[in-house]
Amino acid sequence: MSETIAQWIIGVGLMFDLLGCLGLVRLPDVYNRLQAGTKCVTLGTCMIMFGTFLYGVAALDRPQMAVQALLCAVFVLLTSPVAAHAIARGAYRAGARLWEGSVIDRLGEDLHGVRPPAERAEPADQPAAVHHFTESES
Amino acid sequence: MSPFLVFVAGGLLLAAAMCLLRIGRGPTAPDRTVAIDILGTLMAGFCCLLAIWTGQDFYMSIAIAWSLVSFIGTIALAKYLEGRQYDE
Repeated sequence: MSETIAQWIIGVGLMFDLLGCLGLVRLPDVYNRLQAGTKCVTLGTCMIMFGTFLYGVAALDRPQMAVQALLCAVFVLLTSPVAAHAIARGAYRAGARLWEGSVIDRLGEDLHGVRPPAERAEPADQPAAVHHFTESES
Repeated sequence: MSPFLVFVAGGLLLAAAMCLLRIGRGPTAPDRTVAIDILGTLMAGFCCLLAIWTGQDFYMSIAIAWSLVSFIGTIALAKYLEGRQYDE
């Protein structure tokens, strides 16, 4: 019974791994590839390790293997987002271009002060805070 | 050697082949760095499959060490991409 559950979890994790690597091949941009690959492969590998934990507890009766599988899942879950963040920052500093269809660039706004054209216009319904001189004051 | 484990191992090798395709074809260095990071995570999962397959405990130790060393290598590559010094 629990072996069947472990096999289902490992199968779903394999599906996430395959879809993440397909996104790594198919997507147009460094940042898109990083997003697809890192998220899907992290979740898929953690599910494979959790399935290994269930195998080690129930089917194989190896508690040391089960505990090490959980520990490995925790390590992957902690280190993979940090590595992805470092790669994205390094790629942006190295000058990797965004895809032409990208709509927003928050890090570029912070670094260079470049704002996209949709946000560059002033909001229209703000009351004007300018003091108007009249004829008598001047 | 159950057929389920053979199926999962084949799927993981297919995913690793797609990573290798991106490593070979990637136009810039960050693409290759992303693919190397993902390949390290995939191989840690493959070590878990080997642990189930053979029933040996030490494959899980290999998986833990592999994921940590892959993380350190990825951080070093990202710092290299960023163009800074390593002791920062």
